[in-house]
Amino acid sequence: MSALYDLLAAPFVDFAFMRRALVACAALSLGCGPVGVLLVLRRMSLIGDSMSHAVLPGAAIGFLISGLSLVSMSIGGFVAGVLVALASGLVTRATQLREDASFAAFYLISIALGVLIVSTRGSNVDLMHVLFGTILAVDDHSLLLVSAIATVSIAVLAVIYRPLIVECFDPGFLRSVGGHGASYHILFLVLVVLNLVAGFQALGTLMAVGLMMLPAAAARFWSSAVWSLAAVSAAIALLSGYLGLLLSFHFDLPSGPAIVLTAGVLYLLSMAVGSQGSLRQNLIARPHYES
Amino acid sequence: MHRRCLLLAALTAAALFVPAAAHPTDAKLKVVASFSVLGDIVKTVGGDHIALTTLVGPDGDAHVFEPTPADAKAVAQADLVIVNGLGLEGWMDRLIQSAGYKGRVAVATAGVKSRSMDEEGTTVTDPHAWQDLGNGRLYVANVAAALAAADPADADAYRTAAAAYTAEIDAKDKWVRAELSTVPAAQRRIITSHDAFGYFGAAYGIEFLAPVGVSTEAEPSAAGIAQLLRQMKSEGIKVVFFENMTSPKLVQTLASEGGARVGGTLYSDALSPPGGPADTYLKMFDNNVPQLKAAMLGM
Repeated sequence: MSALYDLLAAPFVDFAFMRRALVACAALSLGCGPVGVLLVLRRMSLIGDSMSHAVLPGAAIGFLISGLSLVSMSIGGFVAGVLVALASGLVTRATQLREDASFAAFYLISIALGVLIVSTRGSNVDLMHVLFGTILAVDDHSLLLVSAIATVSIAVLAVIYRPLIVECFDPGFLRSVGGHGASYHILFLVLVVLNLVAGFQALGTLMAVGLMMLPAAAARFWSSAVWSLAAVSAAIALLSGYLGLLLSFHFDLPSGPAIVLTAGVLYLLSMAVGSQGSLRQNLIARPHYES
Repeated sequence: MHRRCLLLAALTAAALFVPAAAHPTDAKLKVVASFSVLGDIVKTVGGDHIALTTLVGPDGDAHVFEPTPADAKAVAQADLVIVNGLGLEGWMDRLIQSAGYKGRVAVATAGVKSRSMDEEGTTVTDPHAWQDLGNGRLYVANVAAALAAADPADADAYRTAAAAYTAEIDAKDKWVRAELSTVPAAQRRIITSHDAFGYFGAAYGIEFLAPVGVSTEAEPSAAGIAQLLRQMKSEGIKVVFFENMTSPKLVQTLASEGGARVGGTLYSDALSPPGGPADTYLKMFDNNVPQLKAAMLGM
């Protein structure tokens, strides 16, 4: 029994940095679970990765204004991310270009602008390296930030849940009954950017995006109702965080990749043996019950 | 009409050539040094006889430097290029080739007894040889020889400057040893986030512990940090340092959980900007040594 305790619980009991990492994972899971599921359903899955590049000009301007200040760089990064998300959202609604292409266009403009701004300054200090943290070094500010973001995300999603779902699946209907589809969509995009940028600053790009998208993709194979998808996604994210931290501790592996790879393995398992639409369902013939 | 145009064209062409003919050849030797610490040494030895360009400036990271067209231009027009060697400037060969520089490349670490170190499981040569002032003497000698070979007219001036500088380095070396001699052997341990003090540790008898290897890009593992924390607690280490280039978050975590406080800034790979606490090679030791000594004595 003691061996099990040493394996599963002792690392967290003995070390404060492990406990903080676990709490940060939990907060990130709660915030990113629902948001990730909605991104997957809206076919915006690659937004997370692109967003890590889109925040560059904002961080660069924050750096230009007040040097290596994490607060100003985070705020700058957040503003840049929101602008890119808003611009792409508005273009999608106002023109015939769809979400993915309009987002790609704006994030590419954004990153080129960011590289230009950084180059003119003449310093080769890696801005992104300073801005993006690691889960093993979560300080009080980052922990409070991630927890606050998770709380705000869940609260806002609870309030706009129904109109947002209708907007996802049948925007024409929402327009016909007078709902403000565009505002809910934009509010959702702001939540996405908030979760990502806070995640980057506290935990690094790999972790933040990995914990948002992989559990959401995995959850798809276990349920089909949106609320239960969100719950399963959050649970899978938390489990990946816990197991990944244990792997990093016992096998001396870098923590960010360990957590994301654990989520990846859970995704592959779900894809193989999940209860809804998995390979097991589709490839292995089962008897049809006839009356 | 045609004759007037022809006359104008001829006059313009002549006017373009005149400035070139009237330009006196530059008397100063154009030298390019790879990074700030080396640039300071070259400047001290070369004095007013050289026009120096340094590629990686203060607070810059020589491991992952990306040259600009302006850097390529400086290299192309240089009379002499001086590099550190020992694998510090992985980008230098490509820069020299693309700039089309065919002149001499002097290696400042020629004759240095190199150390090796473990970087993420592979053994690489540790390039931070300047952290040992004994090697600093070799740097000065190599730089002076390279400058004298490229510019024989001023060879005496370079030799004199090199001799004076070497005397300063010797004095500084004695001072560092005297300062550190007051620290008992059991307390000679330091934690810092960047593993660039191998030569310093070996020369002056101090053990440096770090959570990540030589590269500034390595991602830490939970096991490594846990091991370091256990060691800090069991050996009572009171102060943790971070470099002037890397992210301080990791070292803050070690400090708060290990019960240590965060010390000042140590300069290892780059000098501070002019006017800062470590804007010359020797002032780098003036900045680092008192802080290291205070940390080890638990003050």
